[in-house]
Amino acid sequence: MARMIDRSAPLPHLHFHIMSTMPITDAAQVLHLAQPLPLDGGQSLADVRIAYETHGTLNAAKDNAILICHALTGDHHVVSNHPRTGKPGWWVRMVGPGKPIDTDRFFVICANVIGSCMGSTGPASPAADGRPWGMRFPVITIRDMVRGHVALLDALGIDSLHAVVGGSMGGMQALSLAANFAERTRAALVIASTARHSAQNIAFHEVGRQAIMADPQWRDGDYYAHGKGPEKGLSVARMAAHITYLSEAGLTEKFGRRLQDREEKTFGFDADFQIESYLRYQGLAFTDRFDANSYLYITRAMDYFDLAEEHGGLLANAFAGSQARFCLVSFDTDWLYPTADSRNVVHALNAAGLPVSFVELSAPFGHDSFLLDVPALDRVVEGFLGESGQNA
Amino acid sequence: MLRPDLAVIAAHVAPGSRVLDVGCGDGTLMQALRDKRCDTRGMEIDAENVGICVGKGLSVIQGDADSDLAFYPDQSVDYAILSQTLQTTMRPDLVLDELLRIGRRAFVSFPNFAHWRVRLSLLWRGRMPVTRLLPVAWYETPNIHHLTVGDFRELVRSRGIRAEGAWFLSGDRQCSAAAANFRAEHAVFLLSRE
Repeated sequence: MARMIDRSAPLPHLHFHIMSTMPITDAAQVLHLAQPLPLDGGQSLADVRIAYETHGTLNAAKDNAILICHALTGDHHVVSNHPRTGKPGWWVRMVGPGKPIDTDRFFVICANVIGSCMGSTGPASPAADGRPWGMRFPVITIRDMVRGHVALLDALGIDSLHAVVGGSMGGMQALSLAANFAERTRAALVIASTARHSAQNIAFHEVGRQAIMADPQWRDGDYYAHGKGPEKGLSVARMAAHITYLSEAGLTEKFGRRLQDREEKTFGFDADFQIESYLRYQGLAFTDRFDANSYLYITRAMDYFDLAEEHGGLLANAFAGSQARFCLVSFDTDWLYPTADSRNVVHALNAAGLPVSFVELSAPFGHDSFLLDVPALDRVVEGFLGESGQNA
Repeated sequence: MLRPDLAVIAAHVAPGSRVLDVGCGDGTLMQALRDKRCDTRGMEIDAENVGICVGKGLSVIQGDADSDLAFYPDQSVDYAILSQTLQTTMRPDLVLDELLRIGRRAFVSFPNFAHWRVRLSLLWRGRMPVTRLLPVAWYETPNIHHLTVGDFRELVRSRGIRAEGAWFLSGDRQCSAAAANFRAEHAVFLLSRE
């Protein structure tokens, strides 16, 4: 365990500069780590770049910063338009002036996780030999991603966050940061997430990974010189995963058994049903914006996530050093990270004696509810973040 | 203005105490206790109320007194509070045990089913009472275990629990312990293990 504790130490002597050549929008910046980033797998990663976006103003005391952690296929474009799709940022409904995460009041940071393909160092980035890392990229963990975030906080001169916030995989990072870098945040808001991946979670990810690896275009991950790579495999992976983000009731309401642009079934294997057409579109669109190898690495990191295991098997121990306030939110139709997963964290926080709030919200959209129009979530987020800590 | 039973509880919790408010509603009592520098935690079954509490900066967990108290450590708070909730639980006796496992002391308040208005309703009309204290008809009330001051005293005695204090309320006025089972609308007890 001593090895782990050493890695938790902040990285010294970092400098950062703005990379004007990055093909991303104005708000985005890139931090170049001067020191190698130590990894849970035993290796370390040199020449790490972390792409991030900030909104609002850091106050003189540097105590009004909120770190937002993104989900599996998300990125740091939390409110700015996506550079490839042109679509609005993934949480514009939650973040901005006067919004629940109020950029008039808070300095909001969102960083792309390492392993991703949106600006931070990942398998598509060049390795020391100038060629893309591909499968030579080390397997990373959620805690490794958080080490990248902490290096960014160091560079920005932020000792302690007002809060760390995340949904889904972002919630895992929020938990990991609050547990492993306890002094770096005064609050953690964890939405539709879990402290460990279940067998079912791992199973769905494995289907996705096998779909990618079964695609001949994958070429053992060394496809970058050969066009777009394993599009078919990545598309199938996204289709399978997308089902887990929605609810059965939501699918029935949106698509039912309705046919796609036709009056009758074709007795063939075209996309007769609207749901088939929708999934095929979602899968294909995903290949335009995401790297297949990044998908392999990030899903692996999520599968490896078990916060209790990192701390001797008892989740309450993970939070022994924390003095933060916590808020957990689940959704009644989320079967990917069901309410029981959030309750498990709540019970551990209770046992650790930490101030924790928890609510299961009712929303029809399944796991994706955290990204969608759920006014009750807005109220909880605004209320929790608006308080600067009491109960002292 | 605090509800009278909450005012009694708020007045008798020592400043700076650690408190768990089970069935905390919209957090009104927790706010009053926070003003007394108490470290307050809440449990509430209704999601909307939990949202209101979080909005007030209170630490409240959505949960059910019948099943979710088990996850709190032994003797982890100075006071466990159960206001107007005992009569809605599946097993009030077990909930009482849990309160005194988690808290060194417990405040419990409940509506008294032996109040004279309730007695009159049953005696003269032969009907379940709908009074200002029990405003909901029998078929939709959350109160599934009606009890009287006398019942509660006996339950407490039989389980080896000591009543350190008792307050009886009629409207917003206190009434004497002697005639409480007849005159009190609300009762508030401060309990500890003997």
